[in-house]
Amino acid sequence: MLAKLRKKYSRYWQLYLFLIPPVLYILIFAYYPMLGVQIAFKKFNLVKGIWGSPWVGFYQFEKFFKAYQFKNILTNTISLSFYAVMASFPFPVVFALALNVMTHKRYKKIVQTITYIPHFISIVVLVGMINMIFHPMNGIYGTVAKAITGEFPKDLLANPRAFPHIYVWSGVWQNFGYNSIVYVAALSGVSAELHEAAEIDGASRLKRVFHIDFPAILPTVTIMLILRMGSVMSLGFQKIYLMQNSLNLSASEVISTFVYKKGLASGVSNDYSYSTAIGLFNSVVNLIMLTVVNAISRKVGETSLW
Amino acid sequence: MPKKAIRKKIQYSTSEKIFYAITYTIITLLMLVVLYPLIYVVACSFSSPNAVITGKVILWPVDFSLVGYQEVFKDSSVWIGYKNTILYTVVGTSINVAMTLICAYPLSRKGLPHKGFFTFLFSFTMMFGGGMIPSYLLMRDLHILNSFWVMVIPGAMAVYQMVIVRTFFQTNLPGELIEATQVDGCNDIRFFFQFALPLSKAVIAVIALQYAIGHWNDYFNAFLYLSSESKYPLQIYLRKILTMAQVAANAAEDDELASALVGLSELLRYALIVVATVPILCVYPFIQKYFVQGVMVGSLKG
Repeated sequence: MLAKLRKKYSRYWQLYLFLIPPVLYILIFAYYPMLGVQIAFKKFNLVKGIWGSPWVGFYQFEKFFKAYQFKNILTNTISLSFYAVMASFPFPVVFALALNVMTHKRYKKIVQTITYIPHFISIVVLVGMINMIFHPMNGIYGTVAKAITGEFPKDLLANPRAFPHIYVWSGVWQNFGYNSIVYVAALSGVSAELHEAAEIDGASRLKRVFHIDFPAILPTVTIMLILRMGSVMSLGFQKIYLMQNSLNLSASEVISTFVYKKGLASGVSNDYSYSTAIGLFNSVVNLIMLTVVNAISRKVGETSLW
Repeated sequence: MPKKAIRKKIQYSTSEKIFYAITYTIITLLMLVVLYPLIYVVACSFSSPNAVITGKVILWPVDFSLVGYQEVFKDSSVWIGYKNTILYTVVGTSINVAMTLICAYPLSRKGLPHKGFFTFLFSFTMMFGGGMIPSYLLMRDLHILNSFWVMVIPGAMAVYQMVIVRTFFQTNLPGELIEATQVDGCNDIRFFFQFALPLSKAVIAVIALQYAIGHWNDYFNAFLYLSSESKYPLQIYLRKILTMAQVAANAAEDDELASALVGLSELLRYALIVVATVPILCVYPFIQKYFVQGVMVGSLKG
């Protein structure tokens, strides 16, 4: 028995050797913080630490649900997330299909090179660019508006109603090109014979987009959509935080920025337990979303992550 | 060649021509929408302070000047930021690539006992995590807050990239090759260095670029975990200057002086954006040819 086991594993010891550093890494930096999540159910005490602090049950969650900002933050998070998915998801798909229609290889290459560039810009720079371009006096937005109406426009960046649009569409601008790569790759696998056969049968290019190209990338589209829905509530903290100002806060305060402010940015009144509880609430909602969307997709389209 | 000849002969019908025209128009418009803000920023950075604040810059630099760039490089904190960012990017990316490869290799091999368990161990972290505070407390307990290591170790591997490499290994290292080399007495470690790595240049290039962009543009980790200025990367300075320059200008009393200050600070921002973004953009053309290959394997279900 023992000899058998030894034989089984001795064949693979070198592969396990490779795995040691990554496994240690993931245990320490991903799983240990998961144990730390217990402070969401405790009243964290700096002296007693994560393990010694007293349990308080669901107190922190109740506190969050009863907080006066709760409704506003939840509405902002959900509406901003769904708006972002709705606006940003179809663009790369349509763009890849359109690129695939192009017959000039050179021009196609130029278009791809240019549309990928914004992906390499950092969020700090992107937000800086937004601030400068939409500056009501110095930016191009101010210049153009003045040329048309004769006076400087109102400050869009201070307007809570403009915030979701600027946030979402700057994101589309930055990522639609790069996100199309995965679909371009999938389209490159479509056989040319299929197209030729359809062409001979008299199918127009538009018809072939709908009946050949689109079905070919549908499984990829589904997988990407599931992944996107799974992270629907994990809005990028950085971009929103950097775009926030005191005037647009009513539209720009979301769960992740609230977690940061309650947990790390409040000086002496930092509340680790409360902040962790809010973060945990967010993660659990995400996990549920991912599972539900995946289950639906498995039933309907027979595509699933696992 | 004959195929091309046939193509040429096909006479597009009117509706077909319209369809192509619309497609090309949309693509071109999208490209211009992406391009314009980039051109605008570069044009502003090469203009004079006065031209920038009076809104004269539309497409090309107006009153060409390098004042913005002179201002940027006069600032010693920009140099410190540059040095730190390069350091974090080089060391961080090296660690990332090494960790990703040594993790993906065993998980790509058929027959490894408990492979499913290990795969799940890694994949689960993509769906659930401890969150901001427990991670912060971990860094504090490990005593790596405000150190060099906090910038490279906590993000030592991205599971998503690991899955891409694993899938690449699975499709590009055929079982027959492994068996054949084993017959010749090649062990797993030697196979990794002699066959797996040389055959995977494309995917290594792509993930290295992804990681490098991540480090170069990283603001979040530095923002949460670093507290001394001598360790700040470029992005932290960028944020400081991009958001705070205006306050100083508004505080100046003299109108003329104020407008000169506003102009200079505006110009400084444009120049700084260019300076901070150009280095990472320079790497991109070299890697671009691998993009589709690198992403394609990732899109396959693993």
